[in-house]
Amino acid sequence: MTGPRHGELLVGWGRAGPSAAWVVDPQRVEDVSAYLGEPGHHLPRGLGRSYGDAAQCAGGTVLDCTALDRIVELDELGGRVRVEAGCSIDALLRVIVPRGLFVPVTPGTRYVTVGGAIASDIHGKNHHRDGTISAHLEGLELATPTGRLQCGPDKDAELFWATTGGMGLTGVVTDATIRLLPIETSQMVVSTERTADLEACMARMSAADADHRYSVAWVDSLARGRHLGRSVITTGDHAARSDLTGKLRDDPLGFNPRQPLSVPVTPPVSLLNPLTVAAFNEAWYRRAPRTPTTELQRISTFFHPLDGVGRWNALYGPHGFTQYQFVVPFGAEDVVRAVLERLSSARAASFLVVLKRFGAAGQGHLSFPTAGWTLALDLPLGTVGLALVLDELDEIVAGAGGRVYLSKDGRVRPEILHAMYPRIAEWAEIRRSVDPEGVLESDLGRRLQLAGPRRHRTRPPERGRGR
Amino acid sequence: MNDVTGMPQTVVVVGGGADLSRAILRVLSGRRLRSVLLAGRSNESLQAAAEELRGLSVARVETERLDVTEIAGIEAFADEAARRVGHIDLVLIAAGELGTGELTELDAPSVARLATTNFTGPAAAMTAFARVLCAQGDGRIVVLSSVAGYRVRAANFVYGATKAGLDGFALGLGDALAGSGVEVMVVRPGFVRTKMTAGRKVPPFAVDASDVADAVLRGLESGASVVWVPAWLRYLFGILRLAPRSLWRRLPG
Repeated sequence: MTGPRHGELLVGWGRAGPSAAWVVDPQRVEDVSAYLGEPGHHLPRGLGRSYGDAAQCAGGTVLDCTALDRIVELDELGGRVRVEAGCSIDALLRVIVPRGLFVPVTPGTRYVTVGGAIASDIHGKNHHRDGTISAHLEGLELATPTGRLQCGPDKDAELFWATTGGMGLTGVVTDATIRLLPIETSQMVVSTERTADLEACMARMSAADADHRYSVAWVDSLARGRHLGRSVITTGDHAARSDLTGKLRDDPLGFNPRQPLSVPVTPPVSLLNPLTVAAFNEAWYRRAPRTPTTELQRISTFFHPLDGVGRWNALYGPHGFTQYQFVVPFGAEDVVRAVLERLSSARAASFLVVLKRFGAAGQGHLSFPTAGWTLALDLPLGTVGLALVLDELDEIVAGAGGRVYLSKDGRVRPEILHAMYPRIAEWAEIRRSVDPEGVLESDLGRRLQLAGPRRHRTRPPERGRGR
Repeated sequence: MNDVTGMPQTVVVVGGGADLSRAILRVLSGRRLRSVLLAGRSNESLQAAAEELRGLSVARVETERLDVTEIAGIEAFADEAARRVGHIDLVLIAAGELGTGELTELDAPSVARLATTNFTGPAAAMTAFARVLCAQGDGRIVVLSSVAGYRVRAANFVYGATKAGLDGFALGLGDALAGSGVEVMVVRPGFVRTKMTAGRKVPPFAVDASDVADAVLRGLESGASVVWVPAWLRYLFGILRLAPRSLWRRLPG
């Protein structure tokens, strides 16, 4: 059954490059197939946390899947959950953490849907050990324009791997079965240390990764010269019951994160500029201990610090921002340095720069992580010249055998993207087998010509449509 | 699709043979441009512009004869453009003529003709493309206005008046389109050395077509809704606009 639709201007988390689409909200899994049968292009959307244009479909129909959020079946003993794809990691954690279970992979925010997590084949601070989310899926159900299908690593594996990381363009994931991680407590044992420069940071991370499930480094993007790449490294592991002291012992699996603050309005100019970011970076670096220090932190503090401030993306002002995230193979450490140097000399203030070591690549055709170093930088848009700087960086990254992350992208050159992801043609072929007419489409897919040269599939023209 | 840095992949140009259009397309070809439809009156200059773009590795370049003064054909042209180009990222409205401000040379038909060429036709084209872009859910319209329209001067008052109308129309259209995903950018160059202005007296703030193109590129990247070329004219004309008429009338140039 299909319900009412309304016109809406949709934008990614970076709040740049919006486009208008018809939005519908399927209430049951069966509705999804009914919508896909209607004319025009279609695309599923979750909580809109992709930074660029991945969850936009200009002029088409966007299926807001967040009402499909049931936890279908939770097997506490077996440690697995079957969940509808519109369910958020936040909602899932609130159910499973008190029962002693954790998601196998979480990104830096809890506000993503399971469907979005699969479409992006998300990674977390444990990639070096646990891989991406797709490595922990037993199977999923997919509504495609040619029918509903089930697939998994052991069933229709080609379609499964095309879907994990497939940016929602192989069909609408309607539910998934995820293997969970048993935990004893909702606390993390976290070590924090700071390093004076990039070389020290990388050396320390390479050594620490073997001993910890989670690790990540925050890098001061504005430090230059001999301070280039000065960092704060945090590593973490789930705390055992025996690690807890005092009051924490009374409720070892307590989990009730809140969002105490929210950015009330979008400021007329970006509040994150070289001055404010430099001040923040200095304070953040100085706050970190000189010698490694270990403490207990809540899951939300360790994994999702930014979720404490609602709408933080509005701080970038009316022009929004983009995130440049790339990975280069081990051995290409120079590229990480070159990118930091280039952006540091362009005074591109980046409030958030995160460095991490990836483990081996998964099997998803368009899955982002490959073994090596990944660096992610948030960059304010509306800055003249940034586009060309990023084009230069793409060349350096691609030249080193690296790639950028589609879920963060809003601007890479299509030819370079195709060079970065050599399996795009193979992926497009699998996509065609379930969507021969190209019903599923996104602004990102169009911009990067992911499915090959575009076919037209237009709705009959309508005049004076409402906004 | 336009990317988040404002760079278009597909462009339709109304007035595609003009020097300014060519300069703008030249800089866009260095970024993401892959498909262009050039429309204009002079087949010769369209072909020359198309040739140049092919040489700059723009994958697809097409031309179409279009006279914006033939209002009846404009809606059909916009639909035809959408059919040929597919998703249109940017529409550049660059049609226009200088005409004359000499009272002795003016008559009713010549004023009406210039008004149609510089205002009625371009405004009709913007309307038709606004409809197409709204239906596709996003896109940008870039209109070549002029500082001459900011406060009309006796020396070229007919041209200035037509640009004043177009400028106001474009700003109003841009506001009316808020929330639709379609944006309008108004470009206000000062004196530009082009074919159109050849033989005229060159004022001190004259710029070249390439300066206008660079300013348009910067405007796209910074998400501007009004672009002055050179940029400081914004302040000069902000002051001059307030000058008493007796003084304004006597300004040289």
